[in-house]
Amino acid sequence: MTDARDAVLHSAPGALVLERVTRRYPGNPEPSVAELSLTIAPGELLALVGASGSGKTTTLRIAAGYETPDEGRVLLGDEGGAQRDITREPPQRRGFGMVFQHYALFPHMRVEENVAFGLEARGVRKADRLGQARDALDAVGLGGKSARPVQALSGGEQQRVALARALVIRPRVLLLDEPLSNLDPTLRQSMRDELRSTLRQSGVTALFVTHDQEDAFAVADRVAMLERGRLLQVGTPESLYHAPATRAVAEFVGRAALVPAERRGDQVRITIGGVALDAPARQQDPNTSGPRLAVLRPESLVLAEDERTPSWRGEVVGRRFAGGHVVYRVRLGRGVEVEVMGDGAGAREGAQTGVRLAGVPVAVVPGSA
Amino acid sequence: MLALALLALLLWSVVYPNVAVIVGSFERGLGDWRAFAASPADLDALRGTIIVSIGSVVAALLVGVPLAFLLTRTEFRGRRVLSGVATLPAALPPLVGVLAFLFLYGESGVVTRLVQRLFGLHEPPWTLTGLTAVIFVHAYTMYVYVFLFVSAGLERYDTTLDEAAMGLGASRTLLLRRITLPLLTPSLAGAMLLVFMSALGSFSAPYVFGGGARVLATQILVSKLNGALGLAYVETTVLAVTAVLALLLLRWLEGRRRYSMAGKGRATRSALRSPVARALLPAAAAAVVILLVLPHAMVVLVSFARDGAWTTQLLPPEYTLDNYRKLATDQELWRPITNSVWMSVLATAANAVVCFAIAYVVVLSRAPGRKALALLAALPWAIPATAIALGLAATFDRNVPAQLRILLVGTFWILPLAYFIRNIPIVTSAIEGSLRQMDATLEDAARGLGASRWLALRRVVLPAARPGLVAGTMLAGVAAVGEFVASVVLYTHSNRPISVEILAQVRSLSFGTAAAYSVLLILLVLAITVGARWLEGRVAESERTVNAA
Repeated sequence: MTDARDAVLHSAPGALVLERVTRRYPGNPEPSVAELSLTIAPGELLALVGASGSGKTTTLRIAAGYETPDEGRVLLGDEGGAQRDITREPPQRRGFGMVFQHYALFPHMRVEENVAFGLEARGVRKADRLGQARDALDAVGLGGKSARPVQALSGGEQQRVALARALVIRPRVLLLDEPLSNLDPTLRQSMRDELRSTLRQSGVTALFVTHDQEDAFAVADRVAMLERGRLLQVGTPESLYHAPATRAVAEFVGRAALVPAERRGDQVRITIGGVALDAPARQQDPNTSGPRLAVLRPESLVLAEDERTPSWRGEVVGRRFAGGHVVYRVRLGRGVEVEVMGDGAGAREGAQTGVRLAGVPVAVVPGSA
Repeated sequence: MLALALLALLLWSVVYPNVAVIVGSFERGLGDWRAFAASPADLDALRGTIIVSIGSVVAALLVGVPLAFLLTRTEFRGRRVLSGVATLPAALPPLVGVLAFLFLYGESGVVTRLVQRLFGLHEPPWTLTGLTAVIFVHAYTMYVYVFLFVSAGLERYDTTLDEAAMGLGASRTLLLRRITLPLLTPSLAGAMLLVFMSALGSFSAPYVFGGGARVLATQILVSKLNGALGLAYVETTVLAVTAVLALLLLRWLEGRRRYSMAGKGRATRSALRSPVARALLPAAAAAVVILLVLPHAMVVLVSFARDGAWTTQLLPPEYTLDNYRKLATDQELWRPITNSVWMSVLATAANAVVCFAIAYVVVLSRAPGRKALALLAALPWAIPATAIALGLAATFDRNVPAQLRILLVGTFWILPLAYFIRNIPIVTSAIEGSLRQMDATLEDAARGLGASRWLALRRVVLPAARPGLVAGTMLAGVAAVGEFVASVVLYTHSNRPISVEILAQVRSLSFGTAAAYSVLLILLVLAITVGARWLEGRVAESERTVNAA
C-alpha cells in the first residue's frame, strides 16, 4: 500500500490514515486486525468490506477511538496539511461522527433532541441547537418529524436520523457501521443512492463498513477488502471486479467461475475437456511461478450455437432472467460450471450448447482448482 | 365460575379485613381520628415513618447504585467474590439481620467495643438507636433491591448508546445526566418503590432499635397492647393509605419512562482508567465483602456462645454446642421450629394452588372480572404487614357466620392465613410472568387437537407456568418461614413461630439461644432455595432429554 497515490494522500488535509494497525484480543491467537494500513483521502467515501469476523468492525472502532490498537498508529490530517497522531485520543475529543448498525438513537429523546445532542455536548444554546437539528432533519427529508419520539419512526427514518445526528456536528470524519443492514431489501436499494448523495453533498470523509458488496459498490468511491484481519485489495469497484488481486477477492466480488489457466505472454489459455481457448490477459502478472486460475465472469463468455468455431461443450442446467439479459448456468463436464450472459433467445434447460470466450480481457489470479 | 370463586376468596381474605379496620376506626365516630390528630406520639410516629422511608430510599440508593455500576461495568480483582456476596443481606430473615446488627454495632456490640478500645474511649462511640439507626439497618438489608434492579437494568442496557453519546462529544457527567440515568429510571423507580414500601412497613428494626423514636408500624402494636383498638385502627388506616399513595406515585413515575432498547444489550466490563483507583479498588472491595459477611458470621459465632457468659468482653469468651443441644432436646424450644415449618408449608401450598389459578384466569382467560382479580391479587403488597395482621385480628376474632366471620384469632390457623395473604402478590406475579411468555394460542392448539381441558392444563399450561411457580413458591416459603411482622401481632404461645421466639430469647438476654434459632432459620431458608433450584434444574433436565429424544 505504498504506491504513489497513497504517498500523496498521506499528507493531504482531512485524511484519515491507519498505519500498520494491529489489534489482538485476549484468548485469540489470531489478531483481529493485522498490520492494516489504509488511507482515506479528504472527502473520499471508502467502504470496508469482508465476511463477518474479517476485522472490519474492529478497524472501524479503532478509527472511532472505541478501541486502541496494540500496534500501529491512527493519524488525522488537518486542514493545514499537518498530521496528528490520534491513536490514543478518546472518542469524545476526535470530533468524528458515527452511524451505528442499530443506529443507537437515544430512546428517551425526541428526534430533534437526538440530533441536537452532539451540539448540546459542545455547549450550543438550546434554541440554536434545536434550530440546527431541524435544518439537518430537513436536509435528510424528515423536517416534519422532528418532534416525534424516535421509537415512532420506521427503520429507514431512524437511519436518516442517525445520519443527521452524525453530520450536524460537522465531523472531520464520518464512520458508518453497516448502516443499511437493518433495512428491508426494497428500502435498502433506495437508501443506497440517498446515502451516497447525502455524503457527497456534505463533502465529509467517510469510512463505511459493510458485508454487502452491492452496498459498497453503490455508495463508495473506493472499496477495501478484508479477510481475517488483513487487507487483500483496495481500489475502485471497477478495479476490484475486473482485476481482482486474489482468488478471495474474485470470489467475493461479483459472480465468477474460477478455472485453471496458463499465462502465455499477454494471453490466457484455458483448457476444459481437452479444448483449449485463449483470451487476452487483463493485467500484468507480477508473479511468474505457480498455478493460475482464470476469473470467468458471465460477460466474458458467450453461447456458441454453431459447432464450427472451437468451443467447450456442455449442458444448460439453469437460466435466470436478469433484466436486460439472461444468465445461463452451463455445466462443462468434470464439475466445471460457468455462468454465461446471453440475450434470452438461446437454449432451454437440459439443452446441449457450446460456450466460448467473448474476447474481452480475462483476469488471472494465483491458485489452483 | 373459577374467576368468581377466586374473586370471592380475595374479597373475603384481602379486602374484608381492611375494610373492617377502616370501619373500626369510625366505630366511635370521629373520636379516634381526633385522638390520633391530638396525640403527639402518633404525629411523631407518622413523621418518623416518613423520615425512615425516605431516608432508607436515599441510603439504599447511595449504596446500591455505585455498587451495581462497579460490578456490571468494571473489571477488578475480587469482583467475582464481591458480586457473590452482594445479595447476601437479602438472605437474612428480617429479624435475624436486626439481631446481627445488635451483636455487631449495638451498645455492647463487637465493632462498637473494638472502636471504643482502639481509641481508649470511656463511652461507646455511638448508640445504635433512634431513626438514624433504623435507616442504617435498612440501608444494609434494602440496598440489595436497588443493586438488583439497577444491575438488571445495566445488563439490558445497550452500551452502544453510551458510545454514541461519547462519539458525539459528551463528557462523563453529561452522559450520566442525559443518557444513562434517564434510561435507568424504570429500574431506579422500581427499586425505590420496593425500598420505600419495605421501609414504610418495616417493624423489626424500629421495634429493636427505635429507642424513643416511633414509627406507625410499631405504634399500632403499642396501641393494640394498650387496648386502644380504635386508635390502632386509625393508625393502621393512615399507614395503609400512605402506602397506597406512595405506590401510585412511584408507579406513575416508573411507567412514564419506559423504553425498549433496540440493540443487543451487551455489558462490557473494562478496567478503571485511574491507576490510583485501580490499586485501591481490590482493597475497598475486600472491606465491603467483610462488611457484608460480618452479620452472618456474627450470628453463627454467637450461636456457639454460652448464654450469660458474654458480658463485657470484646468477643464471647466461652463456646459450646449447648444452644443447639437445647433446641433439639427441649420440647418447648423445638416447638417454634415445627410451628414455622408447618405453617409456612400450609401457607405456601395454598399460595401455589390459588395463585396459579389467579394467574391462569388473569393471563389466559377472557373471564369478566379478571382485571379486578389482578388488582386484588396485587393489593396485599401495598398494605404493610402490620396493617394486614391487624385487619385479620379485627375480622376473625369471633364466630358470626352471617357476617362471614369465623373465629381464627387464638387458633393455629390465623398465622398460615396471614402468610398466605402476604405472599399472594409475589407468587401470582411470578406465575403471571411465566404465563405471559407462553404463546397464548398453545392452549387452544392443544384443545383443538382434542385434549381435554385438564390435559391441556397439565401438559401445556403447567409446564409453561413452572419457572414462575417454582420461583414464586420458593420466595413465598422463604418469606413465610422467617415471617415476623404479622406473627408478632397475631401469635399465641402454642403457635409461636421461630422469629417470635428469637425475640423472646433476646428479651431474656439468651443471645446464644436466639442466635442458634437464627442459624437454623438461615439454614431453612438455604434449604428452600437450594431445593427449589434443584427441582427446577431436574425438571428442566428431563425436558431437555425429552426434546432431544
